[in-house]
Amino acid sequence: MDYYRDTLRLSDPMDNKKAVTRPVYLNLLKIRQPITALASIGHRISGVLLFIAIPLMIWMLDQSLQSPQQYQQIASLYDQPLMKLVILLLAWAAAHHFFAGIRFLFIDIDWGVDLATARRTATAAIGCGVVGVLIALFVIL
Amino acid sequence: MKSWLLQRLTAVYMAAFLLYFIVALLISPSHSYAEWQGWLRATPMALATTLFFLALLGHAWVGIRDVLLDYIKPFALRLVLLNLLALGMIVMALWVARILLTGGA
Repeated sequence: MDYYRDTLRLSDPMDNKKAVTRPVYLNLLKIRQPITALASIGHRISGVLLFIAIPLMIWMLDQSLQSPQQYQQIASLYDQPLMKLVILLLAWAAAHHFFAGIRFLFIDIDWGVDLATARRTATAAIGCGVVGVLIALFVIL
Repeated sequence: MKSWLLQRLTAVYMAAFLLYFIVALLISPSHSYAEWQGWLRATPMALATTLFFLALLGHAWVGIRDVLLDYIKPFALRLVLLNLLALGMIVMALWVARILLTGGA
């Protein structure tokens, strides 16, 4: 609470000598976001990552269907350390986007809107992203 | 509202397709070019996969458009990026259609 009062310079209602200055310093990285906000911004970030990956996915699909040689080349991409890193990142993005997205669909139909449920499902979506990375780790190592 | 609905409908189709795709790969993993190609080139699967990518591109189009509208304020830059996005999506849709619908030509 002190953090907010200090950074936002919210004046103490009892102290009318201090001028009220409107927010001058909002560091989003220092404000602890509620879990639902984290699930939400995670959904956006993972969506952008997946978008960037679309050309890569189409290219790999194209190559893998061209000839046995090219299929082998694409399959051997999975042995590259850099590719493994990309896969881990995309595994998180895909899992988080999938489950946080399903959560949003349920919220659209008014299911899980109350705060307690919304917090629980947000935590679950974030957890599913972590599980996605763990599964990917297990598969590629 | 139309784009809002498009994003939800494509999401549902993609979720169903991915579920099928992952379960099918778990049940019978394809370990060779012949198996992989035979599976994806079968007409129903080729159509379903094409539809998946079209749904993906439409879904991403709406999503990235929203992101651009949120963060890119200068009008000219916004216009350029939105048009590049549209162009990119159309090119990728044609690319996918060529891969999956031309029977390997």
